Amino acid sequence: MRIFASLKIAGRALRRNKMRSLLTMLGIIIGVGAVIGSVSLTTGATKQVEDQVASLGENVVTVFSGNFTQGGMRGGWGSAPTLTVDDAKAIAQLPHVLAVSPEVRDREQILANGLNWNTQVLGESPDYPQIVNRSIASGSMFSDQDVRSLAKSAIVGKTVVDQLFPGEDPLGQTLRIRNIPFQIVGVLTPKGFNLFGQDQDDIVIVPYTSHMHRITTRTFLNDILVEASSDKAIIQAQNEITDLLTARHRSKEPDFTVRNQADLMQRVSESSRTMGFLLAGVAAVSLIVGGIGIMNIMLVSVTERTREIGIRMAVGARGTDILVQFLIEAVTLSAIGGSMGIAGGMIFSWLVASLQDWPTVTPSVWIVIAFISSTVVGVISGFYPAWKASKLDPIDALRYE
Amino acid sequence: MQTNPVIKLAEIHKVYHTGEVDVHAVRGITLEIFPGEFVALMGASGSGKSTLMNMIGALDRPSNGNYLLDGIDVSTLDRDALADIRNEKIGFVFQGFNLLSRTSALENTEMPMLYHRHRIPAHEQKERALRALELVGLGSRADHHPNQLSGGQQQRVAIARALVNQPSLLLADEPTGNLDSQTSIEIMGVFQKLNDQGITIVMVTHELDIARYTRRNVILRDGNIVSDTMVAGRLNAENELRQLRAAQQAVKLAL
Repeated sequence: MRIFASLKIAGRALRRNKMRSLLTMLGIIIGVGAVIGSVSLTTGATKQVEDQVASLGENVVTVFSGNFTQGGMRGGWGSAPTLTVDDAKAIAQLPHVLAVSPEVRDREQILANGLNWNTQVLGESPDYPQIVNRSIASGSMFSDQDVRSLAKSAIVGKTVVDQLFPGEDPLGQTLRIRNIPFQIVGVLTPKGFNLFGQDQDDIVIVPYTSHMHRITTRTFLNDILVEASSDKAIIQAQNEITDLLTARHRSKEPDFTVRNQADLMQRVSESSRTMGFLLAGVAAVSLIVGGIGIMNIMLVSVTERTREIGIRMAVGARGTDILVQFLIEAVTLSAIGGSMGIAGGMIFSWLVASLQDWPTVTPSVWIVIAFISSTVVGVISGFYPAWKASKLDPIDALRYE
Repeated sequence: MQTNPVIKLAEIHKVYHTGEVDVHAVRGITLEIFPGEFVALMGASGSGKSTLMNMIGALDRPSNGNYLLDGIDVSTLDRDALADIRNEKIGFVFQGFNLLSRTSALENTEMPMLYHRHRIPAHEQKERALRALELVGLGSRADHHPNQLSGGQQQRVAIARALVNQPSLLLADEPTGNLDSQTSIEIMGVFQKLNDQGITIVMVTHELDIARYTRRNVILRDGNIVSDTMVAGRLNAENELRQLRAAQQAVKLAL
């Protein structure tokens, strides 16, 4: 076979029919472009969700208090006061537990600077930022000493700062919660909205003791945030907590729930895998359609160029030369179409990303998959027409009108 | 003649099995054509001249009989070997020119070299194609596409393409069939010039006046040769053209 000559011949043939070549490629261009574009956008979105789930804190196990039942009426999780500070202290002693924060939550109208704002007030331990993966931008977290002394210290999020201290440095300033003055000792690094659309910066954090004794008069916790010692220890920590609390509460039915971040993570990756299968299906369909387009045009082209094939055979082209020529034409069309589709898909997703503030990531494995499969489609769809061309009889082909 | 024949046909038969009746297109033709000859194959349609032409051109194999082309027995070769023979030993010129459209005269002329058994370097392809185009008087139009050339010029490109692999035989199938009479004479002039340089030419035609430019006329009827004569009073294309132009000039002056 004279591959080099065949390449030259096929190249000349494609250039002779630029418009038709482009239109033939269009099917593959659009198919591959759509696949790359949607893969880029969904991969970007999935990655963002995964990042957000990860940012909720890694290795975190949350203990919710049980449901409240009275006269057949059952409340939701957290409705029954079953978790105590002592529970939290006991959990902290468990071998696979690194840090614990007893959590109490409440919405309060807070006043400062002649302004007021309704926001979430959390009671936490000093380990809270570490557990939920947050950091203090300025100032510092309150200490264990502050917890013991029911200190009137508060950490605020950026939204609260913007609302109550516009253009000012809030550090050292005072805000009032239920008319009790708290001094701002730290400001959280902004984190934006979470997975569920909540503003994670619209919060005030105080020592849980101050929350329970000064602001509210609660004796029970909403939940307990626990950080396991490693990602492998999550399940062990979960089991230890369950055993411990079951023993401590001596209840017939468990009056608490333990959940971990890994469950959520798994659900997210499951949904992205489903999305991946869906995309692969779309990709397969669009590539098949593009391939049929190429096969169709190549068949038409073989008929239309019967005379050309006759001439080539008359001047000495063998059957294999004709076969290779048409095969190369088909593969060239599909490979160039695939490349243009990849470029087009990336440009499209980049445009959407820049207009819609939607993250986009084009995985290189998909670029390789798209290119290889479009080339394979070219070989498959080009083979039958090429074989048909190579079997033509030179005399009949020359006489063909 | 002392030399070996370029074409040696011995008892060639061709039978087509199409439909219910077998068509016996060529019935036992024996013919020898020697180097440097210029032969016109003539006959009415159905006389078998096209079938004979296809076999001489290694496009088809005889059902029976032997065909030696340049000493090679073509009658037994397979498809690929026939393709190589066509590439190296035979140059084709067709009635309808059969050039690739939207392809320059140069690239059309280069085409047979792309199918040569041995790879010919690109620069040599270009040189040889240009030389062939110059030989037929089209050196200055190498980059023209067929639709930018007249019929006569297109046929010259086809002749250049036929010559580019230096074949032993130039086969022309009604080469003037699509041309007006003056252009036909011009093309015959090209053939005569090539023949004077020693190229063997076999041409199929049904035009008697065109046949008078060749050296030998073979007439077929019903698959047999009925006449094989040397041309007496052979026409010279250059003289004829000169006379034709003088006559045209006279007409113009008279008007």
